Amino acid sequence: MSKSLNEILSTFNGNKSELIPILQDIQSSIGYLPEDAIIEVSKFTQVPESEIYGVATFYTQFRFLPVGKKHIMVCKGTACHVKGAPQIIEGIERHLDIKEGEVTFDLEYSLESVGCLGCCALAPCAMINEEVESNLTLKDVKKIFSRMKNNSNDKES
Amino acid sequence: MIVFINYLKNLGPIKIINLINMNENQITLKIDGLKVNAEEGSTILETALSNNIYIPNLCYYPDLKPWGSCRLCMVENDDGRLVTACETLVQDGMNIITENDRINRVRKLSAELLIANHEVDCLTCRKNDDCKLQEVSSYLGINREDLGSLRRQINNISMDDSNPFFDRDLKKCILCGVCVRTCNELLGVKAIDFGFRGYDTKITTFGDRSIVNSNCVSCGECVVACPVGALVPKEPVKPAREVKTVCPFCGVGCNIYLGIRGNQVINARGDAENSINKGNLCVKGRYGFKFINHPNRLTKPLIKRNNIFEEVEWDEALDYVAHKLSKIKSEKFAAISSARCTNEDNYAVQKFTRVVMGTNNVDNCARSCHAPSVAGLAKIFGSGAMSNSIDEIKDSACLFVIGTNPTASYPVIGLRIVEAVKNGAKLIVADPRNIDICKHADIVLNQIPGTDVALLMGMMKIIVDDELIDEKFIEERCENYNEFKESLKEYDLRTVKAITGVNKELIVKAARMYGSTKPASILYSLGITEHTHGTENVFALGNLALLTGNMGKPSTGVNPIRGQNNVQGACDMGCLPDVFPGYQKLEDPEAIHRFEEAYKVKLNNSNGLMFPEMLEVARIGNIKAMYIVGENPVTSEPNTENIKKSLKNLDFLIVQDIFMSETAMMADVVLPGCSFAEKDGTFTNSERRVQRVRKAIEPVGESRPDWLITCQIAQKMGAEGFEFNDASEIYNEIAEVAPIFGGINYNRINEEGIQWPCIDEKDKGTPILHTQTFKTESGKGRFIPLKYRPSAELPDKEYPLILTTGRSIYHYQTSTMTGAVEGLKTLYGEDYIDMCQEDASSIGVKDNEKVKVISRRGEIEPKVRITESCLTGVVFMTFHFSESATNILTNSALDPISKTPEFKVCAVRVEKI
Ligand code: SF4
Ligand code: SF4
Ligand code: SF4
Ligand code: FES
Ligand code: FES
Repeated sequence: MSKSLNEILSTFNGNKSELIPILQDIQSSIGYLPEDAIIEVSKFTQVPESEIYGVATFYTQFRFLPVGKKHIMVCKGTACHVKGAPQIIEGIERHLDIKEGEVTFDLEYSLESVGCLGCCALAPCAMINEEVESNLTLKDVKKIFSRMKNNSNDKES
Repeated sequence: MIVFINYLKNLGPIKIINLINMNENQITLKIDGLKVNAEEGSTILETALSNNIYIPNLCYYPDLKPWGSCRLCMVENDDGRLVTACETLVQDGMNIITENDRINRVRKLSAELLIANHEVDCLTCRKNDDCKLQEVSSYLGINREDLGSLRRQINNISMDDSNPFFDRDLKKCILCGVCVRTCNELLGVKAIDFGFRGYDTKITTFGDRSIVNSNCVSCGECVVACPVGALVPKEPVKPAREVKTVCPFCGVGCNIYLGIRGNQVINARGDAENSINKGNLCVKGRYGFKFINHPNRLTKPLIKRNNIFEEVEWDEALDYVAHKLSKIKSEKFAAISSARCTNEDNYAVQKFTRVVMGTNNVDNCARSCHAPSVAGLAKIFGSGAMSNSIDEIKDSACLFVIGTNPTASYPVIGLRIVEAVKNGAKLIVADPRNIDICKHADIVLNQIPGTDVALLMGMMKIIVDDELIDEKFIEERCENYNEFKESLKEYDLRTVKAITGVNKELIVKAARMYGSTKPASILYSLGITEHTHGTENVFALGNLALLTGNMGKPSTGVNPIRGQNNVQGACDMGCLPDVFPGYQKLEDPEAIHRFEEAYKVKLNNSNGLMFPEMLEVARIGNIKAMYIVGENPVTSEPNTENIKKSLKNLDFLIVQDIFMSETAMMADVVLPGCSFAEKDGTFTNSERRVQRVRKAIEPVGESRPDWLITCQIAQKMGAEGFEFNDASEIYNEIAEVAPIFGGINYNRINEEGIQWPCIDEKDKGTPILHTQTFKTESGKGRFIPLKYRPSAELPDKEYPLILTTGRSIYHYQTSTMTGAVEGLKTLYGEDYIDMCQEDASSIGVKDNEKVKVISRRGEIEPKVRITESCLTGVVFMTFHFSESATNILTNSALDPISKTPEFKVCAVRVEKI
């Protein structure tokens, strides 16, 4: 979160071939690809907005919404899948009223699914920011998030 | 061809000899043993299809670059390899096999995969019967059982029904990419593309929004092109019959087929077999026909008594009009005819005015748009129309587009410009706003509105200084060059930059580009003409073309694009106060003689009043009666309040229209005319092509063709020479009295229109004007020295912003027709005021907020649209709706030569409410 869009663009020439690196830079600096930024990139590279969007959605690395303060990455690896990751994701979606790839209105939570997190023995598991939550159940989902909500409330008060 | 020769050169000398000996461009090959001829450079698929040999295909679409993604068109070549027929070029002596077990296996697998992922719902699918996937499936004999093993859940993409004219049901999409390529390659709009990956791949807009919230312009080209039911019109009923006619919405004059059921026009499609639109249409031409059968159509004559309109029978109305008009003295009468009506309608109006009323007070709305073109080009070249043809645009090497917004106002010409750029043409755009076509431009010049003369003089000075002029052309075909050159002196770059606000380097670059790239063509429209110096702007463009020899050759010229569909025709027909039909001057004794002979009456040979003069004179009470056909000056002309005053002052106002327009409301008698779909006749498009308009349905209600109404009034008044049985008889008379149409008759233009001048039956018409000589007295192109004059009203402290006006792609003129089309209103339902962020911030207003816009003449309250297309200090409004009535603001200051009002520049102040 530091360089402005102009600073980023100024390090490129505006060739079409630079599209992916430009998008990567923007994402690493802003955290996601805001629509306004895509519009600017379109002007800079002369690539139509629709095409940039098409390219960016092709790669899973790009996000189109900011990440929440708590970024939840639910593992969808084989072990976790077998142990019910899809249900966990659905549970979180329902609980937070967002879909995968989205962020809550207050920018608290964002949800994403990822490949194996490397702790298959503790499946199903998820990472919330840097912390791993393991052996998740639907009940845990409610608990963890209410706990977190409380936490954040605590901080504010 | 050159590329191909180079390619062969690499293969060695023998082949080149072969090529030279070969029958030009023709090669022969065998398809399944059958000997066929093919055009060099075409693909196997094209060759097969044009020889009536079917090869399954889905992602192929004529006019688009081959894509090779569906793999259905696999054929076997001489080496026994499978190749895609849509991508592989034909070669002489080739042997192609289109059908064997191996080929079928591959095709079947591809097709099965596609079908398995496709929501199969054929019976209720709106594409049923016309679906290429059905065609492929039945050709390959695919069964339901074959699909079982492949079946997977179909992507659950919900239907996008946001566009009022078509739906996107991506569950049926087979990802052939035809829509994406159509939108990119053909339109240059680039609203859609492939997005996401794997199973989730789909066609998406930017941000995956609904299509109506993307930059899609609703042209429907992709809907026509989609091979399956993924893109379908909202109301896809099949017509019972079709009638070929001409689109009534702009001067391009696209050929269309109207689809009819019962006595209703239900749809329209582009005619692929003509040189103008080649099947393409814009949103108005494709979807804008609902006004024809609209319930608000006028169906009976109306007479106003005690301030209330009463329905009356035709006889009564005609008697009433005849009785009233017979009491009006000739010079107290004036007629305005319509650029939307046919040539025959217009001819009748001018004949009526001249013969029955004995005056030349007849004009048409070209006065408020292209009169400077007619006056300006006539003086320089001797003829005031597009010098070249629409189809030549695509072959131009350099296009200079100035003061016109082609993608919005003349969309199909916009397509040809995009095509030219695709073919390698350089594009220079000069416009106060960053309009859409700028996306394709090499150079964009944003001049301050009203400074065109200075800009063009600046460019011409550079062309002269850099010796980019065509000396031979100037020497042989022009006059007055030295005087003109003298007038360039003042326009050094510093001065030009100060006046126009355009960066010096850009001016130089543009001048050099236009001056050194040939053939170069100039396209312009109302941004040039609607100024107090409109005619001078036109002179400047004429000078520029002469200077570089870009006249009288293919893909060159000075080309005014006409806004209204038949504005060319209305002028051609002599609905002008100073000329008879075919631009024969009133002062020319031969012309007078010809017309007196033909009309069998003594004619008045003093010039009549121009439209703004008529209004002026009416205001002081010297015009007593007016006959306004198919025009709505109350909304379309500047300074609305003044016009109302003039019309109120008349003793008798007759308005002939298809809807109760704002002007008709003020009339004493309203006569219901027919729309273009209900009568025969001709329209003349921008490139001077006289095209046949055909009656598709019976007149709505008791409406009558406009020419018939005019002739019936004349007959009631006891005049002779108005006994026409049908429109073709009128045209025959036109051909007799006006030599430039002499060779045109309905038989000859049955299939394809003819471009005037066309002198006799043997004459094929004139696609390019001035190839040998100019039509001026001396036969030479006349340079005209110029001096920049500022616009009549410049911004000041009190009114600090410049307001300029223009069109939206979704509407036509004052929207009496397009406003009756629900969908077009949904897409664009009010006139906004566009301004840049900077101006908006300084006033303190946000996007979509209502503001007060005030000029010296009045004020209105539109909503703000913040856009990057406007420069600081310049705001923009469209003029389609009477609710906002943009023309309350505009200035009625006139161009002294052509009397065209200055729509394009007035000073305003915007206030927060
Ligand atoms: S309707 Fe026209 S502009 Fe819109 S997506 Fe289709 S081709 Fe593009
Ligand atoms: S919407 Fe139609 S044209 Fe576009 S990719 Fe899908 S099937 Fe092809
Ligand atoms: S470009 Fe003009 S003539 Fe062609 S369809 Fe559109 S409005 Fe009609
Ligand atoms: S599968 Fe979930 S951690 Fe490996
Ligand atoms: S038509 Fe040739 S690959 Fe689709």
